[in-house]
Amino acid sequence: MTMHRDYQGAKMGMWIFLFTEILLFGGLFVLYSVTLGRYPTEFHEASKLLDVTLGTTNTVVLITSSLFAALSVVGLQRGDRKLAQGFMAATLVLACCFLVIKYFEWSHKIHAGIYPGGETLIQWAPGKQAFFALYYTMTGLHGLHVIIGMGVFLWVWTRIVAGTCTPEHFVALENAGLYWHLVDLIWIYLFPLYYLIT
Amino acid sequence: MNEHEQTKHHGPGYGLFIAVWAALMVLTAITVEVSTIHLGFLNVVSAMTIASIKASLVVFFFMHLKYENRTLKTMVLVAFVILAIFIGFTFFDTANR
Repeated sequence: MTMHRDYQGAKMGMWIFLFTEILLFGGLFVLYSVTLGRYPTEFHEASKLLDVTLGTTNTVVLITSSLFAALSVVGLQRGDRKLAQGFMAATLVLACCFLVIKYFEWSHKIHAGIYPGGETLIQWAPGKQAFFALYYTMTGLHGLHVIIGMGVFLWVWTRIVAGTCTPEHFVALENAGLYWHLVDLIWIYLFPLYYLIT
Repeated sequence: MNEHEQTKHHGPGYGLFIAVWAALMVLTAITVEVSTIHLGFLNVVSAMTIASIKASLVVFFFMHLKYENRTLKTMVLVAFVILAIFIGFTFFDTANR
């Protein structure tokens, strides 16, 4: 069976979708920057409450997962499906690590009453409340993207097993990788803005 | 098939990706270290500069933009210019109130 496949078109379509994602997060980054301009000292104080060690660990975990996603594409391009699947598994394991660390960070804060409307946070200055409202919104939306990205990789996994994502037609894996790198890209900005504001 | 053959030959290998990852790790260490030095407003500037260098490495190498055709490169450039206008004009607006 012959089938028309538009490799460049498939990649371009993925990029156009990624532009909408960049604008979605871009709007939130604008909101963050304007609020930071209004409450610089409160943002600094609130930022000190976040754990830099956990944030840095998550940055290392996510960038490394991105490396494995990039390597899985090279593996499949070179015809080694098993190696590509191994790299994909490494990406998924690191994605789980990221979410577990995020879970501990969030649950620790929520137990301390630091969440929008929480008993501790509600008594604090408006600037600090705004910081945590933005923190939960942006890291939450980012976390949702991590979960979706994992789902996309699992879907590509089933396509590799089924033999429809192959060394000759690997664009599904390449586009899953593009999505994953975008998630990494957003975290690269979220990390300094939330954990390192001084 | 021709397009696949081209990407196979021009696409980067494992070594280059590992080198990019190492650079990203070094830049992460630098951004954490710089944040402990008190520089005032320059802290935000340096953090965003380092983040943008890291983002460029991810876009050009991990996302293969370096190896894409001119059409896709232009599209990505236009998208980022629109984002810059969007952010720039918001600041122009809020700074003059």
